[in-house]
Amino acid sequence: MPHAPHSRSLTRIEGLPIIVVSILIIGLFMVTAPSVFLRPEIYTSTMMSTVPPLILLATGLTFVIAAGEIDLSFPSIIGFSGCAFAILFKLHDLGWIAILAALAAGIMIGFINGVLVAKVGIPSFIATLGTGFFWNGMATFWSGGKSYALRGVEDSSVYQVIVGRLPIGDPSTYAWYTQISVQSIWAMLIVIFLWFVLNRHRFGENLLFIGDSNEVARVVGVDVDREKIKLFTLMGALAAVAAIMLTLEDRNYFGNQGQGYLLLAIASVLIGGTSIFGGKATIVGTVFGAIIIYLMEPGLVAAGATGETVQIMRGLVFLIAVVFYLLVEEPARRKALFGRLTFKSSSGPARPAGERPARPTQGS
Amino acid sequence: MNAATAQSVGFSDIVRLAGVQKFFGAVQALRDINLSVGRNEILGLIGDNGAGKSTLIKTITGVFKPTSGRIFIRDKEIDLDGYSVGKAHDLSIETVYQDKSLGEKQPLWRNFFVGRQIVNRFGFINVKKEKEVAADILLNTIGFRGAGISVDSTVQLLSGGERQGISIGRAMHFNSDLIILDEPTAALGVKEVRKVLDFVRRIKESGRASIYIEHNLAHVHEVADRLIVLDRGEVVAEMRPHEMTVAELTEFLIDLQQKR
Repeated sequence: MPHAPHSRSLTRIEGLPIIVVSILIIGLFMVTAPSVFLRPEIYTSTMMSTVPPLILLATGLTFVIAAGEIDLSFPSIIGFSGCAFAILFKLHDLGWIAILAALAAGIMIGFINGVLVAKVGIPSFIATLGTGFFWNGMATFWSGGKSYALRGVEDSSVYQVIVGRLPIGDPSTYAWYTQISVQSIWAMLIVIFLWFVLNRHRFGENLLFIGDSNEVARVVGVDVDREKIKLFTLMGALAAVAAIMLTLEDRNYFGNQGQGYLLLAIASVLIGGTSIFGGKATIVGTVFGAIIIYLMEPGLVAAGATGETVQIMRGLVFLIAVVFYLLVEEPARRKALFGRLTFKSSSGPARPAGERPARPTQGS
Repeated sequence: MNAATAQSVGFSDIVRLAGVQKFFGAVQALRDINLSVGRNEILGLIGDNGAGKSTLIKTITGVFKPTSGRIFIRDKEIDLDGYSVGKAHDLSIETVYQDKSLGEKQPLWRNFFVGRQIVNRFGFINVKKEKEVAADILLNTIGFRGAGISVDSTVQLLSGGERQGISIGRAMHFNSDLIILDEPTAALGVKEVRKVLDFVRRIKESGRASIYIEHNLAHVHEVADRLIVLDRGEVVAEMRPHEMTVAELTEFLIDLQQKR
C-alpha cells in the first residue's frame, strides 16, 4: 500500500484547486470584459447583494451531500417560507414575527424531510422530491399564485438589519464602499460558523462518517437517524434564511423565486470539490464554487454572450468539475475508465474465434 | 468506567446471555442462546457462514435488539429497550469488525474518537488533544513506527493488517473490558496474522476478556481458552481447545457436521 501521499495531504489548503480556478476565471473576465470586472462595483454592490442566498443554500447542501444524502425540496422551502414571510409581513404587518414564522416554516419542512428519510426510510432523493412538490403547491395555494410587492420595506428595521447597506460613506454618491450589503456579512458569519460545525463539531464529524458509510457510523455509536433529522432541519432553516434575504432584497415575493437555485446550489457544492459519494466535504470549496457559478453570468453576458450560452456553460463547467473530481478521488474508477478507453482502441474489428488479440487488454 | 474500577466492583462473567432469540421477520437467526464469557477469558466462536455469529455479536453490542431473552453484563441484567452501541461503549464493550468499523475517507484521529469525541460543552471537538492521544495510540499501543502513517492519514491508504491495528488500538485505548474480534485475520498476510494473534494474547494478559470469531481453526486453537460452535443459530458444542490438538479439533468438528 502506498503511503507517499500523506505528507502532501498535510500541507494541502482546503479548496485550493477551486480557489485557483476562480482566480483564473475572474482574471479571464477582467481581460474579456474590463469595463465590468476591473471596477469594484461588480464585486461589492452586485455580487455581495445577490450571492449570499446561493452561498447559504450551497453551504447547507454541502452538509447534506457530505452525509451522502440530497435535498431537492429547498427551492420549494424558499417558496413556502418566503410566502409565509411576505404574507405575514405585508398583510398582517407582523415585522420580526414574520421573520420568525418564515424560519419556523423552513425548520418544520426540513424536520419533516428528516423524519421521512431517517425514520420512514425513504431515500432522500424521492422524499424531498415529493415534499418539494407538496410545499410548492402549498405556497401557491396560500399566496393565491400572486406575487407580493413589499413597497416601503426599506424603512423597516427588518430590512435594515437583514439586507440593508453598511453605513459607510454617503450613500447618495453611490461609491462602491457605500453599497456593501448587510446580508453578505450575515452570510459570511453563518458560513464561518458552519465551517466550524462541519470540521470541528461532533455533528459535522458524525455526518462525515454517515456519508462514508451508514453502517460504520452506526457501529461506532453515531445516532444516524437523529443526525439525519438534524441535517435536513438545518437545510430547511438555511433555505428559510435564503428566502427572507431574497424577498427583502427584491422587495417582492413571487412563488417561483427559489426554483432557479436547484442546479446552481448543487453545482456550487460539486464544483467546490465535495464528494458526490459523501464522506468528504469542503465549505471553502463550496463558497468559491458558488462565486464561479454566479460570476459566469455577468462575465459571459459582459463578453457578449446570451442567456442560453450562460446555461450551457454552467452545465458544462458543472459536468467537467464532477468528472474531474471523480477521476482524482477514485483511482479505481480512473483505472476502469482508462481501461475501457484502451480496450476500445485495441479491440478493433471482429476476429475469428480462438484468435488472440494482438495486445493484452486491461483486466483480462 | 475502566478496567480497574470494573474489577474492584467484582463480577464473575463480563457478559452472559440467557435464552436469547432473534428473528428477522420469519427467519430465526438465533435460537435460545445461553452463553457466558468470564472476566478474563478468551472465548473462541466458530461456525459456518450464516451460522449466526455476526448476529450474536451484534446483539451483544447493542446493534440488534434480541426478540426475546435476557442479557447480563458484569452479572447485572441490562434493560434491552435502552441498550445501544453507545451504551455498550459505556459498559466497556468494544467490537473490532471485519471491515466495517472505520470511516474510509476520514483521518485516523477522527476514527479513534468518533462516537465519543473529546468536546467542550458546546460539542466542539478538541482537535489538538484528540490528535495527541491518537498519535500516542499509534506509537505506543499499536506500535506503528516510521511506517509513513500519521494521525492525518486516511483509512483508505492502510493495509488490512494496519486497519485491524487501528481498530484494536482504539479498543485498547478505551479500556474495554470485553473486546469482540470479528474475524480479525480474514484476508491478512502471515506476518499480519501474527500481529493480530499477539494482540489477542495481550487482551488476556491485560486482564480483559475477548470473544474471538474465527474461521481458521489453527488461529483460534492458539489463543482461545474455550470454544463454542454455532450452527444455524444454535450453540451445538463447547470445548476446551487446549485439551486437544488442532487435528483432533478438526476431526471433532467434521464429526459434528456429519451427525447433524
